[in-house]
Amino acid sequence: MSAQESTLSLERGLAAFRAEIDAPTAAFFSSCVHCGICAQSCPFYLETGDPKYTPILKLEPLRRVWEAEFTLWGRIKRLLGLEQKVTDAMLAEWEELLYDSCSMCGRCSLVCPVGNDLAYMIRKTREGMVQSGHAPEGLINASIRAVTTGSPMGLQWKTLAVQIKHVEASTGLEVPIDKTGVDYMVLLSSMEIINFPEYLEAITKIFDHAGVTWTLSTECFEATNAGIQIGNKDIAAQLVERVVAAAEKLKVPNVISPECGHAFTAIRWEGPNLIGRRYPFRVFHIVEVLETLRAAGRLKTEGKETDRLSMHDPCNLARKSGVIQQQRNLMDLVADDFVDLKEHGRYQWCCGAGGGVSSNERAEPLKMAAFKRKKAQIEEVEPARMVTMCATCRTQLEEGLEEFNMDIPVVGLTEMIADHLVEKDATAEEEPQA
Amino acid sequence: MSQAMDFLLWTKGPMFTIAMVIFAVGLLARLVEIFVLGRATNYAEPRANEWLPGFRTVLTRTVADPGTFERAPFNVVVGWVWHIGFLMALLLFIPHIELIKGVLGISWPGLANPVIDFFTAVTLLSLVATLVHRMAHPVKRHISTVEDYLVWTIVFLVVLTGYLAYHRLVSPYPLALGMHILCAEIFLIMLPFTKLTHIFTAFIARWYNGAAFGRKGVQS
Amino acid sequence: MATPTRPDKTLGESLQDHGLSRRGFLKLCAATASMMALPASMVPRIAAALEQAKRPSVIWLSFQECTGCTESLTRSHAPTLENLILDMVSLDYHHTLQAASGEAAEAARLTAMEANAGEYLVIVDGSIPGPDANPGFSTVAGHSNYDILMETVEHAAAVIAVGTCAAFGGLPQAKPNPTGAMSVMDLVKDKPVINVSGCPPVPMVITGVLAHYLTFGRLPELDGYGRPMAFFGQSIHDRCYRRPFYDKGLFAERFDDRGAKEGWCLYRLGCKGPTTYNACATMKWNSGTSWPIESGHPCLGCSEPSFWDAGGFYEPVSVPLTANPGTTLLTAGAVGAVVGGTAASVAKHRVKKANADRQPVTVEALEKTL
Repeated sequence: MSAQESTLSLERGLAAFRAEIDAPTAAFFSSCVHCGICAQSCPFYLETGDPKYTPILKLEPLRRVWEAEFTLWGRIKRLLGLEQKVTDAMLAEWEELLYDSCSMCGRCSLVCPVGNDLAYMIRKTREGMVQSGHAPEGLINASIRAVTTGSPMGLQWKTLAVQIKHVEASTGLEVPIDKTGVDYMVLLSSMEIINFPEYLEAITKIFDHAGVTWTLSTECFEATNAGIQIGNKDIAAQLVERVVAAAEKLKVPNVISPECGHAFTAIRWEGPNLIGRRYPFRVFHIVEVLETLRAAGRLKTEGKETDRLSMHDPCNLARKSGVIQQQRNLMDLVADDFVDLKEHGRYQWCCGAGGGVSSNERAEPLKMAAFKRKKAQIEEVEPARMVTMCATCRTQLEEGLEEFNMDIPVVGLTEMIADHLVEKDATAEEEPQA
Repeated sequence: MSQAMDFLLWTKGPMFTIAMVIFAVGLLARLVEIFVLGRATNYAEPRANEWLPGFRTVLTRTVADPGTFERAPFNVVVGWVWHIGFLMALLLFIPHIELIKGVLGISWPGLANPVIDFFTAVTLLSLVATLVHRMAHPVKRHISTVEDYLVWTIVFLVVLTGYLAYHRLVSPYPLALGMHILCAEIFLIMLPFTKLTHIFTAFIARWYNGAAFGRKGVQS
Repeated sequence: MATPTRPDKTLGESLQDHGLSRRGFLKLCAATASMMALPASMVPRIAAALEQAKRPSVIWLSFQECTGCTESLTRSHAPTLENLILDMVSLDYHHTLQAASGEAAEAARLTAMEANAGEYLVIVDGSIPGPDANPGFSTVAGHSNYDILMETVEHAAAVIAVGTCAAFGGLPQAKPNPTGAMSVMDLVKDKPVINVSGCPPVPMVITGVLAHYLTFGRLPELDGYGRPMAFFGQSIHDRCYRRPFYDKGLFAERFDDRGAKEGWCLYRLGCKGPTTYNACATMKWNSGTSWPIESGHPCLGCSEPSFWDAGGFYEPVSVPLTANPGTTLLTAGAVGAVVGGTAASVAKHRVKKANADRQPVTVEALEKTL
């Protein structure tokens, strides 16, 4: 590829917008009546009060291309010279709207009265933004690191190997690596490895407890997908291919996505479409796996948390993937005083950090502003601790609560379950090996 | 000399044909333009079939979720009131039913005129409220385009001229009726080329939304 | 009618000659007042005016017509036709009613025109093949209707177009208007024209207009269509005794259903009352016996312009005139589908091309943007 060809440009951006327009997009743009209800579902608008953050407005570049090139009236307007053009300057202005002030939480998609799936279109619009060279620096760097090092944070296997040693030492259990023919291949996120090493320890214990056979892969341990967040198919597909290659090599029937929201939607819903074929394996979020084990009676727990607990549903897990009841069943298993936030499940509010916002340093003030919505929700139920199942959400909750001097620790659901497992010797003999 | 009656007959005759043709050509073109684009094959293993959740969303999205209602009660209530009023006047006023029967050959029972009259008055008031809201609310003011005000104007004029004609407040009556019919025809002509298309496409949009979420196991 | 005209005689004298008592005369004045919707206090003024009024010479021209208007006139009851002809006017020329015929009849017209130049009234019933039409379409005594009209109006004081044909073209003008029929007001531009429309007009309206002219010596107040406001000021719908049923939403849907028997509104059976302005609902027909809607039939809208072309008599007012609207809609829809399909295929081709030509984003390309 020549230097010329490899340069991102407005033309490439417009071509990408064009390539993204499909029947749903056309139906959505045809239906918008500018009622402004989407703004009422957007934490970035609600907490800043700035109408430029109205979700439908963030899609203006894509809408203009659709109108000018995909509608009869638009073509007539174009002939008359009335076309509203998408310019480089416009895209530069829209960069903040599409990245800094949108966590792709999809809440607007759920309340739009005419049924517009705005998050779906934000994802599409970001394709054009990347191709035209208007993606935020933080996400570009994360994408480059993800492709070149295998982790958006530049984390190497050797760092993970150190973690594994620690886990094996503290649990006395083996962390299986590159085992073929096991039930599950486990993926991790760099954020967890660095910030929440408890997770790896927790699943090691739980899977040992429930007799689940599993493995990590040295070829691919990273579940997150910077390509999805920045909004580029090519990078996203490369990262998905690595997971698929590793899973195929180990011949596993199932892949587990960790406590990370976007990683799950990326591998579960977008992945097969990015690589253009079905997987030879199934994909689950760790919470789904735990719930399956619980329902099968394979999780024997003792004791319950007695303090008041509430839960933050990650957007990607609940609203965008339908995992809602599972985490509540698991909470019931280990918590006495669990109380849901007022709007939860598919109507939950985003923590403000998703969709690449947390990787985009520039967006920090907006990220914190959006968090105020979550904070207000938490204040309503006054929990002693918050539980969640996404490392990004968890980090954002911890930082946000600290910022506002709220002494509410945040815990991961998986580790909480692990804490309540009964000692192994009582059940070891009966474990079925599936 | 006989302008008013000629005007009425023009609106009922040639102009009606023109409006109907532009409407039908425009709308069908619009709908086909949407459907022909299609959707890419989805290889991800679905949690559920798309059809039922799609149709469910077509219905359920009519009602706002409680949280949205709390945050935007005016928007939700006034939107509902004027849509219902408009639809009642459009579909249940006897002369309109006769018109639909004349064009499409199907008919249904109507409502007594005073009931329609009441709803029309309510619709007019709520339309004014939507305009005030559009100009006053920061979001709506910010996202509104010329088209929004143009569409508001024609919708308002359709209802207003209908109200004036029914109450015979403009003389002679053929002029009043002709104005109402003309406004309705302008509405029909504008429909396929403005946001008025949502009258038809909102159901398609809702279906796509419901299908996309439904396939992932979420009732949207 | 064959008696010579006596334009010098006042109406009062004429009435006395015919043995009308003072009481009878006042009754006539009261009837005239009420007919024209004038207050009772006006009766003495009307009486005084009528007593002093000179009986005008009237020339009645019949063109493309059916004599229905004359038939209607003969059924006028207040004032009666006799009153009208013998007392109020000097009807010097009228095909149907005059005894004279041939040369003598035409001579009577010319004599009246000469004797009363500038003062006589011309009443026209029937439409006229216009100046561009074949003059042979309708002739009287070898002259075209158009020529007779223009000759007769030239020195008239005013023209009264009686009936919808004369007023608006009526049936002869209905599409495709084979005779090029035109209304009086289409042709007569330099004289006052009063339209007394209706097919036929309410008889008392014809006589009422004449009475008004005699009483006040000028033409009555007219509506936008040149019709006397006193009779055409309100719509049938507004004065209809069935109106409460419309307001309540009670409609007859067939001529033999319950609604028809109960006397409900005839809107859905095609009543043109809402768009029709006439005095039928108040003055009724046949000496106040009844009127079409009272007898169970929807108003045809006969006193309005283009009433023959204004949609089927049994189609409601709101039904459009487009023939085969369903087919038009379907055809247009099909055309739209083809247009949209073609346009969308082009657009889709563009999507495919955009996808095919798509350059993948590389790490190098991303690095360049930093």
